[in-house]
Amino acid sequence: MNSGSLGKTYADGAIIVRQGDSGDCMFAIQKGQIEVVRRGKDGDVRVAVLEEGEIFGEMAIFEREARSATVRALGEVRVLTVDKKTFLRRVQEDPSLAFNLVRMMSRRIRRLSGEIAELQPGGVARSQDTLALTDAERRIERRNRTDRRVTKDRRSGGNRRRDAERRGAVAASPSPA
Amino acid sequence: MRPTARGARQQDNLASYFEEQEGQLALADGSRIGVIGGGPAGSFFAYFLFRMAESAGLHISVDIYEPRLFDRCGPAGCNHCGGVVSESLVQLLATEGINLPPTVVQRGIESYVLHTDVGQVQIETPLQEMRIAAVYRGNGPKQSEPVAIAGFDRHLLDLSATVGAKIVRKLVTGFDWNHGMPQIRTADGDMATYELLAVATGVNSQILEQLNSPAMDYQSPGTLRAFICEFHLGQATIRQWLGNSMHVFLLDIPRLEFAALIPKGDYATLCLLGEDVDEQLIESFLASDEVKACFPDTLVPTPACHCFPRINVRAAVRPFADRIVWVGDSGVNRLFKDGIGSAYRTAKAAARTAVFHGISKADFEKGFWPECRALIRDNRIARLIFGVTTLIQNLRFLRRGVLRMIAREQRDAGKNRLMSSVLWDVFTGSAPYKEILLRTFHPVFPLRLTWNLLAANLLRTERKGMKEGAR
Ligand SMILES: Cc1cc2nc3c(=O)[nH]c(=O)nc-3n(C[C@H](O)[C@H](O)[C@H](O)COP(=O)(O)OP(=O)(O)OC[C@H]3O[C@@H](n4cnc5c(N)ncnc54)[C@H](O)[C@@H]3O)c2cc1C
Repeated sequence: MNSGSLGKTYADGAIIVRQGDSGDCMFAIQKGQIEVVRRGKDGDVRVAVLEEGEIFGEMAIFEREARSATVRALGEVRVLTVDKKTFLRRVQEDPSLAFNLVRMMSRRIRRLSGEIAELQPGGVARSQDTLALTDAERRIERRNRTDRRVTKDRRSGGNRRRDAERRGAVAASPSPA
Repeated sequence: MRPTARGARQQDNLASYFEEQEGQLALADGSRIGVIGGGPAGSFFAYFLFRMAESAGLHISVDIYEPRLFDRCGPAGCNHCGGVVSESLVQLLATEGINLPPTVVQRGIESYVLHTDVGQVQIETPLQEMRIAAVYRGNGPKQSEPVAIAGFDRHLLDLSATVGAKIVRKLVTGFDWNHGMPQIRTADGDMATYELLAVATGVNSQILEQLNSPAMDYQSPGTLRAFICEFHLGQATIRQWLGNSMHVFLLDIPRLEFAALIPKGDYATLCLLGEDVDEQLIESFLASDEVKACFPDTLVPTPACHCFPRINVRAAVRPFADRIVWVGDSGVNRLFKDGIGSAYRTAKAAARTAVFHGISKADFEKGFWPECRALIRDNRIARLIFGVTTLIQNLRFLRRGVLRMIAREQRDAGKNRLMSSVLWDVFTGSAPYKEILLRTFHPVFPLRLTWNLLAANLLRTERKGMKEGAR
């Protein structure tokens, strides 16, 4: 690792956050990619792939719920931990500290709504939704076409979901960890 | 970028809303803002002003005046500082979406080594993670090879330019009022008038004196002379002798408040703070065994470059007036620690006030001054804490007890690290001084300290073991 690297390095596949654990921090990705995987009755579902500059695990900062998903390193990844305490201490004095998080969460909700709309009969055409993806997401999407790790489809309309995934819709979902 | 008709209407409403609220002075669409100084405070101010103005739908323009070329090696390109970006600031910046890449961070710091005449002890970061950044403020020391690094100040200045700030490479030499608006003059004789002026010149600037006018009540901050030098050691020597640790010295040397050796790429930065640091103090420090032991063959190399910058040790009086605000070191700062973090705090508070409240003296008093006041109040507690560290520095029996207590806490995993966390935060500047003081009120703290004082001074045979166990 470069002597100027901040945070902690995780090897490919290493678990950064485990679903069900309690959490008192969030994470900022310094380098590399992570995948957010949610375990359901029918197996693991990848709900998001995030990369450099993005934040995950932020829900633990605002609620006292257990981690809602597992986060794994996709290749070697470097991640910086942001303590709940540091964040809460400062956000009381400077509420605008939350602006960036709120902006990020609202972007994710917007994309999730698009995805849900698409899953409804008569929903938005995927081609339009794809235009809303950032360059980074489009890059991830291309990579994911050959590296899809979803183990099982929980939805009854499975074909439709699988089609959406193939086109990268899951990469744009929120990170619920 | 041109605002849409609907956007323009919203912005007019926004501006007039604030004007009605505050009586008169507010930023409006098309407002011009000048910033003197493109160090951390100036860049943070411009960055947050733009981002907040954007969310409020305001279209503004910002000129940052900064003559220093941060990509030059040596003092000409450097803003003279230890270059430690605190643990809390690294985290807060990441939350803001500002990450520091490895080209900017010369070394991630993961522990502190405390050196005293009765032994040394290593304090590990609570999370075993590199969350403290050692950076260059310019492009490395004099004589260093210009390399593909970006100084911290350059990185922030570029960041403010990417959100829209215009960088004007000129020294500001004069200040006046033009029909109630701040007007500045640059070294080439050019003049510019602004709706709002942010002064972010630090404390090593002559222009501050011109702003000490009775019309504004502002009085520049109190300062002390400090010392910084850079030793060329090479990556391998640094790895072997200093590692990824910041080395802090608690030595009984008159007038010395704080001394630290900070490893970077090929260099280590020495930083001395105290009562007007002079050659005599520097010589006694470099001659001490504890310092020499940090270098191969106990030989302290000749510094590649050195400087005597001033440090803010007493807050400016009234760092705000109608249409003018002082941010960073030229206003209020945290005593001896996390100066860059204070620049972030005051600059952001000033930007927030300007966008969401207004730019009159009353607005800054309401929105910006509370942030400064919090720092000033915390600095009072800091004086108490630094008084105690001076006492530890002066009294050997205290040093023994403190060192023993830390060594035991570091050795026993899972033990509540009371003294370690107190000293960690004192040295890193990561927590408010009030919080650090409150931690010493933990009922176990005095008991454990008393026990360690007794054990370290009465059972002296333990000393050797402690030294070994500590590192
Ligand atoms: C010895 C020492 C060690 C320190 N170590 C640390 C540390 O490890 N970590 C930490 O967080 N803080 C440290 N500090 C404090 C830190 O350096 C300051 O708090 C921080 O630099 C303040 O930022 P600023 O932008 O307010 O001022 P500065 O960094 O001083 O920047 C001011 C800028 O304004 C420009 N300027 C000045 N006058 C004019 C003019 N007339 N026209 C145009 N431009 C002008 C200058 O060129 C400069 O770029 C240290 C300070 C000292 C003295």
